[in-house]
Amino acid sequence: MAPENKLDKKKMVVVEGSYAVAHAAKVCRPNVISAYPITPQTHIVEDLSQFMADGEIPNCEYINVESEFSALSALVGASAAGARCYSATTSQGLELMHEVLFNISGMRLPVVMTIANRAVSAPISIWNDHQDAISQRDTGWLQLYAENTQEISDMTAQAYKISEDKDILMPSMVCMDGFILSHVYEPVVLLEQDLTDEFLPAFEPDFVLDPKNPMSFGAFADPNYYTEFRYLQEQAMQKSLKKIEDVANEFYDVYGRYYGGLIDEYRTDDAEVIIMAMGSIIGTIKDVIDKLRDRNVKVGLLKVRSFRPFPAEAIRNALKDAKVVVVLDKNISLGLNEGALFTETKSSLYNTKLDVPIVGYMIGHGGRDIKVDLIEKIVDEAQEVMKTGIKIESQFTDLKEELI
Amino acid sequence: MKILPGGVCEAGTTRVNKTGGWRTFKPVYDYEKCIKCKLCELLCPDSSINPRDDGFFEFDYDFCKGCGICANECPKDAITMVLEEK
Repeated sequence: MAPENKLDKKKMVVVEGSYAVAHAAKVCRPNVISAYPITPQTHIVEDLSQFMADGEIPNCEYINVESEFSALSALVGASAAGARCYSATTSQGLELMHEVLFNISGMRLPVVMTIANRAVSAPISIWNDHQDAISQRDTGWLQLYAENTQEISDMTAQAYKISEDKDILMPSMVCMDGFILSHVYEPVVLLEQDLTDEFLPAFEPDFVLDPKNPMSFGAFADPNYYTEFRYLQEQAMQKSLKKIEDVANEFYDVYGRYYGGLIDEYRTDDAEVIIMAMGSIIGTIKDVIDKLRDRNVKVGLLKVRSFRPFPAEAIRNALKDAKVVVVLDKNISLGLNEGALFTETKSSLYNTKLDVPIVGYMIGHGGRDIKVDLIEKIVDEAQEVMKTGIKIESQFTDLKEELI
Repeated sequence: MKILPGGVCEAGTTRVNKTGGWRTFKPVYDYEKCIKCKLCELLCPDSSINPRDDGFFEFDYDFCKGCGICANECPKDAITMVLEEK
């Protein structure tokens, strides 16, 4: 059973999600921050530059750059020199970083970056879905998805602890839904400096760029060596599965707050229908589940916190008693007619004895509201699947037929 | 090349990664024509042309990729690219 969260109401403040993230980044004591403003991430870097101007982040350099590509490139050098680095971006900015994302993960630099998830162009949209981060899933970055502003704030500190572990040394994307979490004002208990110092010691890498002790970061590797680098990266990813859970527990020990490890479950004990999703939609789904449970509909929720590494084993365990699984995706893998979470969930059940129907819905693209009625309708359709079997495996829903 | 924990390597990996095996054409150097201008040494992208004490040069075929820049830039045509028999 997940432990109860101890939220101290006396310490609660009502702040914007972006402020909570910027504050979390600040108390993690970064040495170098480099970011380029882009909607809806802008407020995070604005708040951080304000902290810098006020002298609230000691021993830190804020690098102004002319693009997201430069923002992350600057951190390659800074992180290799032993600095704790922070950046934030979204959507097209993240796509512009694509090449450098591989460099950072390949050079095993534990950079932490907040992604305020947003749709990608074209058509141009500034609103939220998960397409930007999902498009970068194979870059070797850990991807953690937060449900609310409290979680995104706390996840930032957790991400540093996971990334900087000597066995892991892989960079992290901490994903929050753009606008829905970044621009919302919610009561939050901000991370406290003394507790964070206790939880997250200073970054002391074993290998740094040092003229007295030369090392090669991102060396040239011909076919004799390249595969071994990739193998070691994947090994680190697999080790991070356990580390993410351990860090969630360590965080609970220090702060008294827990959001699940790789996954979290909500009312799944006797659930026949299990809904899987990531990000802020989790809150809406929990409300729908409470409502449907009052009507004796046996429905539960599986929240995926970690998309990379993908927690296949944890998901298999959570789904073993389900009669039907519904996966909600705010992204699409074009040409497959499926969302990424749906594909990964199916593949993690392949070659196992678990034979449960899985249906996928692609919803909330480009920031379209996901309403309670829609999720209720999806649960109704899932109950039909229990009786009649799968008719459509994966589909768009809530389409405006008159437009197409 | 040893991979250390965390994926970094010891320094000097360019000495281990021998690129000479990629070559199709091989530079052949004519001492008679050479005026010791050092352009070939300066322009070689792989630093595989090394000066000798007598002012002439040596080609390190372990690292020469056979790009032909040296032959192209030599003002006295002292270097010719010859198809390498395998």
